[in-house]
Amino acid sequence: MRVEITEPTPSLQRTSGQLIHLEQRRSSLALEDTPVVLEADEVEVFYGSFRAVRGVSMKIHKNQITAFIGPSGCGKTTVLRAFNRMHDVIPGARVGGRVRYRGFDLYAHDVSATEVRRRIGMVFQKPNPFPKSIYDNIAFGPRANGITSKAQLDEIVEKSLRAAALWDEVKDRLRTSALGMSGGQQQRLCIARTIAVEPEVVLMDEPCSALDPIATARIEELMRQLKDQFTIVIVTHNMQQAARVSDRTAFFTVEVDGANDQRCGTLVEYDATAKIFANPSDERTENYITGRFG
Amino acid sequence: MLADAPLEPGALRRQASWRATKSAIMTSLMIAAVIVVAVPLIAVVWSVISRGAGVAASSFPDFFTREIPVVSRRAGPGMGPAILGTLLVTAGATVIAVPLGVLGAVYLHEYGAASRFARIVRFMATVMTGVPSIVMGLFVYLTWTMTFGYSAFGGALALACLMLPVVIGSTEQMLRLVPTTLREAAYALGSTKSRTILTVVLPAALPGIVSGALLAIARAAGETAPLLFAVGAATRYNPDLLHDANTALSVQIFGNATSSFAAAQDRAWGAALTLMIVAFLITFAARVFTARFALKR
Repeated sequence: MRVEITEPTPSLQRTSGQLIHLEQRRSSLALEDTPVVLEADEVEVFYGSFRAVRGVSMKIHKNQITAFIGPSGCGKTTVLRAFNRMHDVIPGARVGGRVRYRGFDLYAHDVSATEVRRRIGMVFQKPNPFPKSIYDNIAFGPRANGITSKAQLDEIVEKSLRAAALWDEVKDRLRTSALGMSGGQQQRLCIARTIAVEPEVVLMDEPCSALDPIATARIEELMRQLKDQFTIVIVTHNMQQAARVSDRTAFFTVEVDGANDQRCGTLVEYDATAKIFANPSDERTENYITGRFG
Repeated sequence: MLADAPLEPGALRRQASWRATKSAIMTSLMIAAVIVVAVPLIAVVWSVISRGAGVAASSFPDFFTREIPVVSRRAGPGMGPAILGTLLVTAGATVIAVPLGVLGAVYLHEYGAASRFARIVRFMATVMTGVPSIVMGLFVYLTWTMTFGYSAFGGALALACLMLPVVIGSTEQMLRLVPTTLREAAYALGSTKSRTILTVVLPAALPGIVSGALLAIARAAGETAPLLFAVGAATRYNPDLLHDANTALSVQIFGNATSSFAAAQDRAWGAALTLMIVAFLITFAARVFTARFALKR
């Protein structure tokens, strides 16, 4: 199925100051070909009896960057966390519908959350390195998964730090505390830590929101490099970042249930990034993209 | 509006007013309060040092090593057995109370959370902090000393009962201070809950846990009432934890200070000084530990 990329609508052109790059990526046919890694089927998330998100159905494809965009409070992070069973640690949280990883239901009774999280890693909004040395931070994951040989750990640490473009900066101070690094370095460390366990999917929850623009640019560059090895899903508040970096974009919004004024997030549109930004199908998406709302 | 009125030359100058006077009065009242609180503290420290230093320094180091004179009217040192007794009993209490307390707090905070059992345990631990120490001593007397006789272990048990709720409380507080994001980061890497607690949460909370435990120890070292029932008042060295009566500095102070013999009273002051120094050293160690290893932000 070819995706038509038409001229931006006049309303889009009128928004000044919003430079939205419409990169024409390698043929949009390639977007459909890669296998599906994660699939959400009518997913909804409850905190106690409060439904935070409903009606999420989407397919995440391998080796692509998928972005979740939308205004605050629309459930982007909630859906992201449902993908690697992070809601298990919150008492009273429940995930309805189906989340499938390579066809297997992640929430089945006999599925271990630990095994799930080994394969689907997560980078958080605020960099959260452990108060240990840089080496021990990266080695934490492999050690937790049973690797004890020093030689192996050394190799994994170097490989991960190189992949995160951090090796040259820290190779001489691997044994110093990770907390002595700048925010951007700490976030790259967290990314290195996540890829050290070699997951298939890396979920990123607004990884750049706490960083300055230069650090942000470096992490976006890192994401493009990592795309070849991993599948990345990123939640971002910054529309332009989604346009710069992602192959597919999902737009979420908040719906108010008229009867009892309950707010509930929902997925509005999910398509190739170029289409979402140039020619969105849903009016709500267009309103958000052009800045009329959100 | 203030902005519209013309600004006179003296308008911004500090003005004598009732508000300024009131502030000055309050400040002096607070300084006076601090002085009132500090005076008894300084008085206690001064009298212990001045009276205890006499006996302790004149026969240094005999005071710390010689046995307690059986005939209490005889002048001279020492308090050796009492020092050893205090150390034995306190160490024993620590070995019992600290591991149990830390593990209990880990359960209460990490696993139990809102469960009914955890709430009951937490409530009972809070109640235990208020139980008078002599009641604990009585409890140990009835359950241990009557069956097994006086021993340092009985004293250790009594002190452990006193220390346990304090250790549980301070450890739980420290665990609460460890940010949830650290735990989430560990879970996101495929770490199990127990492994996360052992390798991330406890090391992060460790400085706080240690200083809380040290403060509990310092408090327990000075307890007198429970030891009266459990430990006895030996005069000879008794390194055996489980058999035979032992003694402790606090017990000796109690026994000797009310004696009519000046020599015994001197020894009591010396013991008081020693106990104060021990408690001070432990508290100091707790502060140093916290400052050096506190959770780096």
